[in-house]
Amino acid sequence: MLEIICKRLILAIPTLLLVTVMAFCLQKLLPGDPVLAMAGEERDPQVIQALRTKYHLDDPLPVQYYRWLTSAVRGDLGSSLRNQEPVLSLIASKLPVTLELSVLSLLIAMIIGISTGILAAVRKGSWLDHGMNALSLTGISIPHFWLGMLMILLFAVKLRWLPASGYVPPSVDLAQNLRTLLMPSLVLGSGLGAILMRHTRGAMLGVLRADYIRTAKAKGLLPLRIVLKHALRNALVPIITLCTLLFGEILGGAVLAEQVFTIPGFGKLIVDAVFNRDYAVVQGVVIVVAVGFILLNLLADLLNIVINPRMRRA
Amino acid sequence: MKICARFFLGLSGLILLGASGIAQAETMLRVGLSSDPDQLDPATSRSYTGRFVFNALCDRLVDIDAHLDIVPGLATQWSWSADNKALTLRLRQGVVFHDGEKFDAAAVKYNIERDLTLPGSTRKSEISSVSSVEVVDPYTVVLHLKNPDAALLSQLTDRAGAMLAPGATAKGNVAAHPVCSGPYQFDSRVQQDRIVLTKFNQYWNPKPYHFDRVVFLPVPDASVRLANLRAGDLDLIDWVSASDVGTVTSDSHLTLAKPTPLGYMSVVFNIGNGQNKPTSPLAADARVRQAFSWGIDRQALNQVVFAGQYTPANQPFTDASPYHVPLPIPSRDVAKAKALLASAGVTSPLHVTMVVPNEPVAQQVAQVIQSMEAEAGFDVSLQMTEHATLLSRLSSGDFQLALSSWSGRPDPDGDIYSFISSHGALNDGRYSNEQVDKWLLAARQINNQDQRKALYTNVVRQLQIDMPVAYLYFEPRIFAISAKVKGFVPYPDALLRLADVTLSQ
Repeated sequence: MLEIICKRLILAIPTLLLVTVMAFCLQKLLPGDPVLAMAGEERDPQVIQALRTKYHLDDPLPVQYYRWLTSAVRGDLGSSLRNQEPVLSLIASKLPVTLELSVLSLLIAMIIGISTGILAAVRKGSWLDHGMNALSLTGISIPHFWLGMLMILLFAVKLRWLPASGYVPPSVDLAQNLRTLLMPSLVLGSGLGAILMRHTRGAMLGVLRADYIRTAKAKGLLPLRIVLKHALRNALVPIITLCTLLFGEILGGAVLAEQVFTIPGFGKLIVDAVFNRDYAVVQGVVIVVAVGFILLNLLADLLNIVINPRMRRA
Repeated sequence: MKICARFFLGLSGLILLGASGIAQAETMLRVGLSSDPDQLDPATSRSYTGRFVFNALCDRLVDIDAHLDIVPGLATQWSWSADNKALTLRLRQGVVFHDGEKFDAAAVKYNIERDLTLPGSTRKSEISSVSSVEVVDPYTVVLHLKNPDAALLSQLTDRAGAMLAPGATAKGNVAAHPVCSGPYQFDSRVQQDRIVLTKFNQYWNPKPYHFDRVVFLPVPDASVRLANLRAGDLDLIDWVSASDVGTVTSDSHLTLAKPTPLGYMSVVFNIGNGQNKPTSPLAADARVRQAFSWGIDRQALNQVVFAGQYTPANQPFTDASPYHVPLPIPSRDVAKAKALLASAGVTSPLHVTMVVPNEPVAQQVAQVIQSMEAEAGFDVSLQMTEHATLLSRLSSGDFQLALSSWSGRPDPDGDIYSFISSHGALNDGRYSNEQVDKWLLAARQINNQDQRKALYTNVVRQLQIDMPVAYLYFEPRIFAISAKVKGFVPYPDALLRLADVTLSQ
């Protein structure tokens, strides 16, 4: 197990390097000058040149990359071009918000998706199955942005049950924190839950057809026990992999949800950084997301090994 | 009996506790901003919404009133020398900064010099006419100028006139923790989430300021901003879309405030910018540009896109400004447009491309123009471009036509000089007319309003002929306010002034 982890972590280094090179080149390919974006209405050529020099933006690209990389390995990801705040502290302040949102959304998605998926598979072909399928198709098709706006209009403007937007850290007020995150995580979670439902249903159907399930049935085991203990355990392998892959989906959804509900998280940071051509922040964000993906994939593999011992030999 | 007495004693105690709780309840105003302000350093700040925060946080040397006239701020009196090259300011006494440092002439000298020398200072060009600052006595300061600058005083009503505490500023970190002398002091900030200011107890004029706390919350999406206001999570919001005005006016819990607009939207023609000099007839012949302008029905544009809430424009000076030139808004004249195209030898339809900011309202404006121009002899292709890219293209001259807006300034110089004078930093189309340059420079160097007005009138009339820019409309930044908020007065610069604003519970 330890050997697998070490091997994977070492392999991650060249991957990360490649990601940074690509991110660096890609953002330079973006049309639009960060200094002009920074200067806004103020476009005096002297000011523009002073800013360009201050942030070393007139150096050749490899020099800029080298400068960034050497400070990055020392743990310094630079400062935001827009507001001077160190990128690391910006990310450190935004990441927990998005992680909380993501975990809540994933929990909601798993509760909705896995339970309805199992029900639909067990009752295959029934009205329940058809209903669940229709519901999941609706869930996948509804744009997050639109659903978010509708929920704000209903729960915040009309009923006044929940705040329309904003964020309160759990350390300040846990109840208020959950109230602010309820709508965004429901919006995000419902879409993901719909995807999870379809995959769970498919995986369960595959497993339920297997010989050992028939054997279990023949042995006269309780149907609930067969479904939860024997079938679900095997069906969970692809579902767990999917959950980690959904991380990308969550991040994409979080970008939208954070815009609609004005949550100061990672997604909002990414969008604003790209629009402002805040290169240092974009680069920092890319690194953190890449590391996140690598670790999550590793985690998925390890979890699968724990659940399915046969994979240890693989 | 005993139990009863204890019960009532306890109850009255609870009521008293509750009452004292109410009496001590913190008053807080929550303001929804259309974007997150950038750096909270007046010398390097560039965002519009940053000015909202500075207005509450920092006193300026002078201010404007609701009629765009200059009124005292930290300077109580001012006078120009006979040659208009020295501005003497008499300063208010008894003012302290939020950290207790005293405000005096030395502080003014420090701030002006900082704006002029700080690397990356975006105030430099606004006050570049200042050559030196002389401290005459602790409460008198003289700004010596390289050349007369009629717009200088007006620049000092905004960020260039905002005074930071020299001691605290010299330590650095201003952008994250500014120390000024305004009615509210900086408390905390979470990027993209909130900026919190608290009441400054030693403020020299405490009476009109009623809140213990003012919180600025950036909510970029206009519909979400309005939803927050309607849900009671915000008390006042900036920049309501014209399409939402109906929602606000039909809601009895809300009121609407529409300041006289200073900012405008225009179509800029590329006349001579770019490595490959533009060769389109639009660049070469003023008649073609005039034809384009005649093709636009500005009233219809206002009705279709802005529900009639905006004001059609044919010049950069808003009709509330004393410098507004009384020229009628041209009504659309397709026959005239076609005749002008024919006289310029252009076979219509003339294919042109317009660069448009990638946002819904600008897109609608562009589409309306596109369909109007189709009848007037122009085949307009639209290129939707995101903001940062648009700025680069304007700057490098990579455009034929561009939809371009300006937030507006109280002094006319700020609305025209950089855009129209031959070497102006914002003259994206590279329009150049020697006579216009002379008028603009003269208007900059005279302090007499009538003489300046005559010069600007000349310029505006000449622009109707040369047509480097087709002005479309003035854009009011509309506020929506909870009915609980009283005393809000909209100013033409569309900033929030908190004096006399109260909130009923």
